[in-house]
Amino acid sequence: MDDFLAARSQMALSLGFHIIFSCIGMVMPFFMAVSHYKWLKTNDEAYRNVTKAWSKGVAIFFATGAVSGTMLSFELGLLWPKFMEHAGPIFGMPFSLEGTAFFIEAIALGFFLYGWDKLNKWFHWFTGMVVGVSGLASGILVVAANSWMNSPAGFDFVGGKYLNIDPIQAMLNKAWFSQALHMCLAAFTATGFAVAGVHALMILRNSNKDFHLKAFKIAAIFACIGALLQPLSGDISAKDVAKRQPAKLAAMEALYKTQKPAPLLIGGIVNEKDKTVKMAIEIPGALSFLAHGDFKSEVKGLDQIPEDQHPPVAITHYAFQIMVGIGTLLLFVALIYFFTLFKRKPLTEKRWILKLFVFAIPLGYIALEAGWVVTEVGRQPWIIYGIMRTKDAVTPMPGIAYSFYIFSAIYVSLSLVVTFLLYRQIKMVPVLYNKPASKIPNQ
Amino acid sequence: MEYVVITFLCLGILLYFLLGGADFGAGIIELFTSTKNRSRTRKTMYQAIGPVWEANHMWLIIAIVILFVGFPHIYTTMSIYLHIPLLIMLIGIIARGTAFVFRHYDAIKDDMQWLYNRIFRYSSFITPLFLGIIAGSVISGHIDPNAKDFRSAYIYSWLNWFSISVGLFTVALCGFLAAIYLIGETEDNHDKRRFIKKAEYMNIAAIIFGAMVFIAAQLDKIPLFDWVFKNNVGIIAIVLASLSLILLWYLLLKGKTKVLRILAGFQVTMILLAISYAHFPNFIRLKNGDTISLFESIGPEKTIYSLGLALLLGSILILPFLGYLFYKFQKKEE
Repeated sequence: MDDFLAARSQMALSLGFHIIFSCIGMVMPFFMAVSHYKWLKTNDEAYRNVTKAWSKGVAIFFATGAVSGTMLSFELGLLWPKFMEHAGPIFGMPFSLEGTAFFIEAIALGFFLYGWDKLNKWFHWFTGMVVGVSGLASGILVVAANSWMNSPAGFDFVGGKYLNIDPIQAMLNKAWFSQALHMCLAAFTATGFAVAGVHALMILRNSNKDFHLKAFKIAAIFACIGALLQPLSGDISAKDVAKRQPAKLAAMEALYKTQKPAPLLIGGIVNEKDKTVKMAIEIPGALSFLAHGDFKSEVKGLDQIPEDQHPPVAITHYAFQIMVGIGTLLLFVALIYFFTLFKRKPLTEKRWILKLFVFAIPLGYIALEAGWVVTEVGRQPWIIYGIMRTKDAVTPMPGIAYSFYIFSAIYVSLSLVVTFLLYRQIKMVPVLYNKPASKIPNQ
Repeated sequence: MEYVVITFLCLGILLYFLLGGADFGAGIIELFTSTKNRSRTRKTMYQAIGPVWEANHMWLIIAIVILFVGFPHIYTTMSIYLHIPLLIMLIGIIARGTAFVFRHYDAIKDDMQWLYNRIFRYSSFITPLFLGIIAGSVISGHIDPNAKDFRSAYIYSWLNWFSISVGLFTVALCGFLAAIYLIGETEDNHDKRRFIKKAEYMNIAAIIFGAMVFIAAQLDKIPLFDWVFKNNVGIIAIVLASLSLILLWYLLLKGKTKVLRILAGFQVTMILLAISYAHFPNFIRLKNGDTISLFESIGPEKTIYSLGLALLLGSILILPFLGYLFYKFQKKEE
């Protein structure tokens, strides 16, 4: 494996791993806050138990997300020193704010996890809320840094030099809003469906129905609202990408030739050598509409972009198809769920809906990872779009392949252990939470 | 504003050394505790560092963010030439943090605990060792941007006696800080005596490794001796450190446990000050004798201004909240 490919793979792996953990860490606190609130209001022990059970999951995910995030802040330099040398002072602003947000999150989590029965109950609830809000803020800030790579701003690039640096303008670049919105909704949707699905599975198995049903309802409502809003945010993103990064949009839709009007391709097999797509379903004019809001407008194809600036088309196209496909599917699940809410029949008797949620457990995260592939691979060959190429940023140190193997091993084993721990937490629910409340050990 | 940023950088490094160090030290203490006492040590340690350990490690993130935003040249030079020790340190951080959480949140306590404990203990040792190695390498003058082959560029930059001595010295200091911290966290007299014993050993180890650092510096022609003893600040810091050490042992025998940690923290701060004062504002020493100074490599004005502002704003939010966390989860006097 050559060093450049190894560096890219290691970065992709680290981000792909981190993104799941940080999404869970930033969304779960809101679920907990809802059930915690319900417990404080209704004194229903089941809500207290749900909150506690979730908080254990959050502790596991937060720690894993925190260490993998620490890892990333070093990896940026270890793998891409030339990039960081120039980009650090420009896009560093969101990172320095994120440091604060993350710090507050860690402090608040300390309060929340260890504060049961030690703090004023509303202050305790408030610390849980702080975990969520600061986590969400960290997420938005990190995405703002990433969006700067897609939409560089806040400096003048003159003769290879980065002049007139303005970090605030860099942070508020053109892509930050659309990317941050899309990411946050994705986090809520993916985590919501995963959590709801796990509880749905337990309801289907008739274990601790009351506990799992309460948990299911909270997670499902977040997931379904997210899934309903996501297409709107996707539309904002698509129009934005069409304007700023035509090469990425063309790769997403494998549009080799500029067309007016341009069709939307669903599926298909991309042949990068012949620059053709076979067996795709074409919807005439739909891409024109998605990109510019007009069924008859022209969409720039890859033929108008110099060959050495083409992103890998097949990967970007497939990833985009997966993301949109799953997004649509989850939208339908959400609609069905909302529809059944209006009927009087209790949820536990509609097993097929619960089964649908079980089926959806991994889907949100698959879509989320695919979305990251679209935005990251679609930006190639650039690390700073239009300014610096990824291959010019890579570290001069040889032998990165070995570090890639080591990290693959670490991430694979961490994923296995975390899954194993969650499995055990869920397995122990009857033992831990069937006792009267007074006997529940505090941590 | 550049002074604000540099102050926060120094503060971040110092606090990481003290708080994160005590945290690593707790694992080191566990490593050097006999098997029959381990579960007791583990329990005391969990109560002591459980609520605060994540916050302690944020200081590293703060320091690293300041470096890459404000001093990108320093950050990238370290990233390139100290790639390998940084990588090992990172693996240590990952392994340690996850093992610590996993062993507590595994709903079923069985043989897996054995694995978590092993990983936790060894990574608690390796991580500060490599932190120390990195710190030593930065000032050792072994980093060579003109190196032609792999070994002299990426291996000998950190694999030398001086860096390793600094690494071991760091481990001993971490263990010392943790032992002192844990003394104040336990009620049990037997445990107290055990931690005092540990503090003694770690103190002796620190003196031995400290001497090793100076010897290695002499052999390597690193002017460490001059930095520490050829200026008043260095001498005063060393004198204060020694005095506080004597006071610390006096108070320890008297059974006053809570002031101890302040003294231990003060002592370590003085040691760091003594080493770094004459070297400041130079940060990295290169093989060809050049240095990379903080002031010369500082980022553009606007960046530093907004970074400083973000740090000030952040600390207004963070510090009271953090102080309350430490206060709230202190061991309660029954």
